[in-house]
Amino acid sequence: MEPLAIAEKIKNQFPAEVIEVVESRGQVGVIVAREQIGAMCRWLKDEPELRMDHLLALCGVDYVAKNGTYEVVYNLCSIPLRHMIRLRARVPADDCRIDSVTCLWRGADWLERECFDLLGIVFDGHPDLRRILLPEGWEGYPLRKTYPLRLPAEQEWQGYVQLKELSRELSRFDFYSDMLSNQAKAGANEAKK
Amino acid sequence: MMGTEFRNLAVPVRDGESELFTVQMGPQHPATHGVLKLNLWMDGETVVRCDPDAGYLHRGFEKIAENKTYAQFLPLTDRLDYISAMANNVGYCVAVEALLRIEVPLRAQYIRTMVAEMARITGHLLWLATHALDIGAMTVFLYCFRERGLLLDLFEELSGARLTTTYTRIGGVRQDVTARAMEKLARFVEEFPSRIAEYETLIDTNRIWLKRTKGIGCVSAEQAVQLGFTGPSLRASGVDYDVRKHRPYCAYDKVQFEVPIGVNGDVYDRYRCRMEELRQSALIIRQCLEQLPPGAIVADNAPDLVMPLARPRQPMAGSSLATGYIELVPNNDVYPEGDVYVSIEGSKGELGFYFVSDGGGRPYRMHIRSPSYIHIGGLATVCEGVLVADVIAIIGSLDVVLGECDR
Amino acid sequence: MGEVNQVELVEIEKGVKMIPGANAFIMALDKLVNWGRAGSVWPATFGLACCAIEMMDAGASYHDLDRFGMIFRASPRQSDALVVAGTVSKKMAPVVRRVYDQMPEPRYVVAMGSCACSGGVFNSYAVVQGCDEFLPVDVYVPGCPPRPEALMEGLMRLQDKIMGEHWRWSRWR
Repeated sequence: MEPLAIAEKIKNQFPAEVIEVVESRGQVGVIVAREQIGAMCRWLKDEPELRMDHLLALCGVDYVAKNGTYEVVYNLCSIPLRHMIRLRARVPADDCRIDSVTCLWRGADWLERECFDLLGIVFDGHPDLRRILLPEGWEGYPLRKTYPLRLPAEQEWQGYVQLKELSRELSRFDFYSDMLSNQAKAGANEAKK
Repeated sequence: MMGTEFRNLAVPVRDGESELFTVQMGPQHPATHGVLKLNLWMDGETVVRCDPDAGYLHRGFEKIAENKTYAQFLPLTDRLDYISAMANNVGYCVAVEALLRIEVPLRAQYIRTMVAEMARITGHLLWLATHALDIGAMTVFLYCFRERGLLLDLFEELSGARLTTTYTRIGGVRQDVTARAMEKLARFVEEFPSRIAEYETLIDTNRIWLKRTKGIGCVSAEQAVQLGFTGPSLRASGVDYDVRKHRPYCAYDKVQFEVPIGVNGDVYDRYRCRMEELRQSALIIRQCLEQLPPGAIVADNAPDLVMPLARPRQPMAGSSLATGYIELVPNNDVYPEGDVYVSIEGSKGELGFYFVSDGGGRPYRMHIRSPSYIHIGGLATVCEGVLVADVIAIIGSLDVVLGECDR
Repeated sequence: MGEVNQVELVEIEKGVKMIPGANAFIMALDKLVNWGRAGSVWPATFGLACCAIEMMDAGASYHDLDRFGMIFRASPRQSDALVVAGTVSKKMAPVVRRVYDQMPEPRYVVAMGSCACSGGVFNSYAVVQGCDEFLPVDVYVPGCPPRPEALMEGLMRLQDKIMGEHWRWSRWR
């Protein structure tokens, strides 16, 4: 099915949800509100004419500076019918939540976790939402536009700061000279006795 | 005794009362193919729960991309799936060309198809080498690296580097192929099918190999699609999905090849699929060599050539030049606004790039859909209830590269 | 007491003398220990990223590190050298340090590739800018990734370094 026809179908099914249909380089993106995203995806997946069974990619985009929203982008494709569509769900920056689609695609699990990890978008209903690429205890969300590419020293991850301190401490220790001085000490103690 | 019955006996049955213990496999483990960490909850030797932990090679690709121009980021794509870097180069360039509306000359298309298939062969050879090594067949490793060395030498002749090639350019390829390299390649594809047969004699009838691969880590077709598997890992489960056929790019619609499909979706089928793909790749390369048309290798409107010239490089405090970047003039003719998702069939699966352009010279956002990331995400499901030794076989059969997974 | 023949010692290498006819050598113990050590540097099998592939290649059929007495050991407890092959992310850094801490003395570190030397092309929030920030590095091998030949050169430099060591052997009771 042609991508524009798919967008039209979505519009007919969810008239209140669709904000805009954008065509770009022959691909069609449907900008939607976040409220019904779960139902919309389920419909896209189950509708016999569409059968979007393959979640190609799920990622977040930071548009906060432009219109105060984040977008969660779902690239969907149908393996049997060979067509694809893009859903772009708007998430307001002050309430960064959207429903999870892990119940539809198990593969969305890690993609949503990545999105949470790097952009801080919370997925309601996700079974296990925690950091995945960055270590626990990392502060901030790197893919937000406000986050710097290189971290200044004061923003450094504490785990790494501690590691550097530890290695500085350990570097003072020399296995061989320490062993020799310990032996000398032991010898002196024996002589005292 | 039938093989399957024997297997059932070998698996300890959980009685529900014994305590689980946890094993942390990796990140420093020779069989996790890099820096993957698996937290395993085990009952005896049976894995009750598996929780993979990725991110030990997270380098912030997507953030770096937002701070580099399209052409500047190209060398970094080599470091995604570093086993078949050419395929990443092709994928990235195909995506950027779709975004910037650049038509690539036919000769460059063919060359790209060729190098992408060469990359697939190197990738699959390394997969076979390490997979067999994990399962316990040391010899295969040495055989595979022999042929892989030949291809790496060819890459070196084409691009000057063995692994990190950066051969393609936005709008074409870096330099034309030489007649000598093509002759070498022709000789290679002539000989290669017999080499595949050689690998197969090493392991195909090996009882240990069969015991350790057949019926292990089964993924049904429905499950594989649910988990988002792509590439040979999906096709082994019997799903006919190949980006080369579904959304042809480069010259894949001009060459004849078959897509091998498996039945059971176990480790053995994934192995068989990849072995067949090796043969098909050789076939594609042979056709490309025969059909290779003359002509230009870079498009006229490639942004390397039309990128607005940088002002003289004098770092000033506060300017982007001070950070070492070339100042870009936003140019909507060259970098039109919009977004695009383009994927190619890498050696691991579908490698996709999602670009958002805001008209500036750098991507506003770039997302990489890496097959390895999704495959490792699916590992938790596949590894449930298998023996711990089979976990190794399953990781090997899914063919994951952590550079691509963690980005 | 019989007559002792005064034998001329033959210097076969700097610091190594041979007693002709007796099949015996005279040299400093340092030299012997270092010679043994340099001839059997066993690196830990520890790949991080792209460079690990070249490291594997160095150990495979074509380049064959075994010629130098270098056999990859999967356990840090049995290895002498740590080849930091690839990008070290901040999440990985504590693990690398732990692997190093698990190795027995004497131990050496080879930083392989630009990323391990200096962070390389990845100047971002998640990447350690050179593994010498938390490890004592003995040899730096630049390149992205270095060819197997370059790694071999680096390991030979490490052997040279070991040969020049002094008093680095533990004493028995």
